[in-house]
This record gives sequence, C-alpha cells and structure tokens, in this order.
Amino acid sequence: MKHYNDMEMMIVAAAKELENGVTIAVGTGAPCAAAMLAQKTSAPDLIIFFEAGGIHPTLVEMPISVGDSRTFYKASRAGSMGDVMDACARGLVDYTFLGGAQIDMYGNLNSTMIGKDYTKPSVRFPGSGGANDFASLCWRTMVMTIQDKRRFVRKMDFITSPGWLSGHDSRSNSGLPDQTGPHRIITNMAIMDFEPVSRRMRVISLHPGYSVDEVQDNCGFELLRSDSISVTPEPTDHELKVLREDVDPEKYLIGR
Amino acid sequence: MMITKQGSGGLFTDPDPDKARLFFRNDKRNARMMKSKIMPLSRAMDWFVRDGDYLAIGGFGSNRTPIAACHEIVRQKRKNLGFLGHTSTHDMQILSAGEVYDRIDISYGVGLEARGLSRCSRSYMESGRVTVTEWTNYSLTARLKAASMGVPFLPARQMLGTDTFERSAAKQATCPFTGMELTLIPALFPDVSVIHVHEADCYGNARFNGIAVSDIELAHASKRLVITAERIVPHCEITRNPDATLIPFYLVDAVCEVPYGAYPGGMPYEYFSDEENLNAWLLAEKTAEGFAEFIQREIFDCKDHNEYIGIHGGIQRMIELRNKELLIEKEVIV
Repeated sequence: MKHYNDMEMMIVAAAKELENGVTIAVGTGAPCAAAMLAQKTSAPDLIIFFEAGGIHPTLVEMPISVGDSRTFYKASRAGSMGDVMDACARGLVDYTFLGGAQIDMYGNLNSTMIGKDYTKPSVRFPGSGGANDFASLCWRTMVMTIQDKRRFVRKMDFITSPGWLSGHDSRSNSGLPDQTGPHRIITNMAIMDFEPVSRRMRVISLHPGYSVDEVQDNCGFELLRSDSISVTPEPTDHELKVLREDVDPEKYLIGR
Repeated sequence: MMITKQGSGGLFTDPDPDKARLFFRNDKRNARMMKSKIMPLSRAMDWFVRDGDYLAIGGFGSNRTPIAACHEIVRQKRKNLGFLGHTSTHDMQILSAGEVYDRIDISYGVGLEARGLSRCSRSYMESGRVTVTEWTNYSLTARLKAASMGVPFLPARQMLGTDTFERSAAKQATCPFTGMELTLIPALFPDVSVIHVHEADCYGNARFNGIAVSDIELAHASKRLVITAERIVPHCEITRNPDATLIPFYLVDAVCEVPYGAYPGGMPYEYFSDEENLNAWLLAEKTAEGFAEFIQREIFDCKDHNEYIGIHGGIQRMIELRNKELLIEKEVIV
C-alpha cells in the first residue's frame, strides 16, 4: 500500500527536476505546487517568475491566479508582463512548467481547442496565455500532465505551444531560439525525455508500481524506451509533510 | 523584409500609426487639457464605449480589473464590440453573458485559471457567432507596445511553428540583420480601454500598486481611456510624488471614482478576490434559465456598483476580503 497518491508522486517528481538556484516561469495548479515544494525543500534559492509580473515572491500559499497578490508577496519585484516575458526572450529563464489538454510525441501542446473545424470547436479551451511564449523562449520546457490516451495523442487538433514541432531539426529551423525545447514530461506514472536525434518522447523513469506497458497503454502514440529505465524515487516523509501541510493544505490538487 | 508566412486570422484594428497620430492630435485635445474629467461611470461608459468599438479591459482577469465597468457595459447593452482577450477571465465571463462582443483577439479567455472554465464564455465562443484571432500573452503586450511606440509592428520570436501563429494575424519574415526567422506583431490601437487603479486625481493622473501587467502599454496605445479609481485624490497629492504617476493625465478621457471597482476580483493591498462570488457564477452557468435569472439579479437589477456591493455583504464583506488580502489574522477578544 503506497503512502502517497499519484498527484503527490507527480508533484514531488517534478520538484526534484529543479536544481537549486535556477530560474523558472510557472502557471497555477500542479506546476506552481511543484515549484513551491522545490523552494521549500531541495531548491530554496529557486527564482520563480509569474507571467503577469510577479518576480521572486515568497509563496506562502498557492496562488489562484498567476496575477493575484500572492504572486508578488514579499517579492523582489512587482513588475509587468513585459518585464517577465522580455527576461525569457533574453535567455534569463532556465525552465518553464506547462500543462495542456493534448500533447504529442514531440512535446507539442494544445490548450486552445478540440475539434476538426477551428471555427466550430467542440470544446474551446483558454488558448495560449503565456504558454506559447514560455515554450518558445525559456531554455527548457517541462510538462506535468496525467498519463491518458485522450491527452497523449498521435494527431493534435491544434498546436498551441511549440515542442520539437515535427521532430529532428524542425524546431531550430523554425526560427525559435537556439537550444530551447521540451526537456521532461512528468506524469502520474513516469518521466519521459526526448531522444536527441528524432526528438521523440522516450520513457526514462517509472514511478514505483507502474510498468512501461502500463504507460504505453495510456498513451496514444508509440513511446520510445530508454536502454536503462530507472525507478523514480518515492516521495520522502519530509517531502510529503511539506506538500500536505505547507504547499497544498486545502488539498486543491492532492485531494483529487 | 521578405514575408515568408502569414497567419490567417483577421486584423480587427488598423495598425497604421499615421492614422493613430491624427486621432491623437485632433480627437484627444480634451485629454491634454488640465481640466476635471470626473464623471459617473454610467456616463463615461455611455460616452466613450460605442456600439462597434474595439474594447480593452486592463488588469489581469480577476486582478485589478474594472469589473464595475464591465457590468455597466452589459447593463447598457452595448453590441458588436471587438474585445481584447488579454488574459480575460471574469471580465470576459461578464461580457460574454451580455454577448456585447462579436470578435475577439484572444491570448487567454474562457477559463478562470485555477477555478475552472466558464460555461457561459465557452458556449459563446463555441457558438460560431464570434470571430476569433489567436495570440499569446507576450504577443498582445507587444501589439500594445508597438502602438505605444507609434510603429506599425514589432519583431518577436514566439508563436513560430505553431497553429497559434497560423490563426493569428501576424506575419513571419526573415531578419535583415541576422537572417533568422521572426514573427512580426502588428500594432494594436484599441478604440477604448478601461483601467482600474488605486488612486487618480481629477485630471486623470493615475497610480496603482502591485504588478502592472500590460496596463502601461495599454494606457499609451488606447485612443480613449477611462480610469476607474478606488479613490480620487487631490492634485497636490500627485505632484508631491510624481515618481508614482504611472498613467499621466494626457492619456485619460474620463475619471470615475468606483470604490471596490474590481470586486469580486481582487485589488492588491486592498481586498482579495471573493471566491464564493466567483464560484457562484460558475455554478449559475450550469443551466440557461438559472443563469438568466442570475444575470438579471447580479447586473440588470443593480443600479450601480454600490448596489452590487450591497447585495454581496456590503462593507462587512469588504473588511473580510481586506483581512484576507493582507493576511491579517484577527485576534478575537471575547
């Protein structure tokens, strides 16, 4: 019997990807929880940017909006969207954490619409927000999402934010900044990276209790498999305590 | 510059800065005068927001957003507006409920961030009655920045290679200096914008606290600008500390004093968002009839924002939200 749930595992695994002292642009929800957890455990000097202008806040509670006052509480600066996005464009932001309704094998993301006809969407989602900007301009994009066939799709209805586009050199040929692109995909079951030549998604680590076949069964395209797939470390008692008591005491995310 | 690609989205406003210059020269004379621009919100919305105009709302969805102005635009039943959906959340929800716009430049809309999606905004966007052009947050900031600089476009490096670009009205070109591919982002001059601030004087000199989002760019880009303020302060208060003036008077056409004007959204250092109120919208949207009654009660039956605050707990509720905003743990003395 595991003493943690899937969402807790995903947030803890994502937090561990952040080295101390790096800069990161995040939105609300699970990505913000991961950044908060990292700041309170392994990466106390993590510098968090919010797209509406909050720079380097002390996160006392989880923001509801990327522009609410918690995003610049005891911050180094309450700036503007231009400040934050310009910093990304100049190469000052190492990571971004994103989510999306759909993701494909190259890490492209859809947060705009579902349906065959763009002018008559069957479901309209919010759109890019800052996601396309972050995925274009931050050095490394990381995605947190639930492992599910409806999310991991062969064919996207809409590419909102760029991953490796159509693989190989297509991203660098597009004009997007050099050496940027998707880095890690963290789900409730596994961690994936991208094979360096084809730029296709590849399983590199499995969370305890999950098999590579289970991950594949919950994915709409063929996943590559690393030669040496590791097992993701279980959340420590300390990480779980901080996550449950300090990061998400209301259980907005980890209660699901 | 060689154009290599072009988005298929519509351009709802003219990016020509010479036309904007003529407007600013001839039609913005009153704004440049040091005379009082104070008027009731209802009059400002009646005078400056006309059917068919392109409207922009300041703030960030539910943060320092002129919600009172959004209510008034719906109350006055404006039609056929263009709308700048630049991280629009509760503001878009209100404007969608009134179906006041029929075209939208969107970077983020429909959702209320971590709170969920608005059924009302979603079904209006899915109805086929709204013409949509896609953008990103940075790109819309760049559109306003270009306008504020008086240039027809700015080059940028986001949107490349995606459907977001394909459905935008941007173009792609090869850089004449480096040979790299660039996105060209056209200037956006909104016909009218509303920005909510903490303090303004009667001439429109305005200042706010907390993040600026894109309101400085928006203030400079807008043909008409209405300021709603928590408080009107004397002019000498502005001149005492001109460093703090973020929006100068000559950009401003009207000043409206609207305490709690961002409610039920939040106002930095003043009051936190009322999550119960915002959640009531999401619940009411579940049935068409229920939602119609809800809008009648929340918007049409309220004469003004003061009445609206009144039906939501009045000053007592505002005190609670202020304590929440300031993280004040109140000691209860029995």
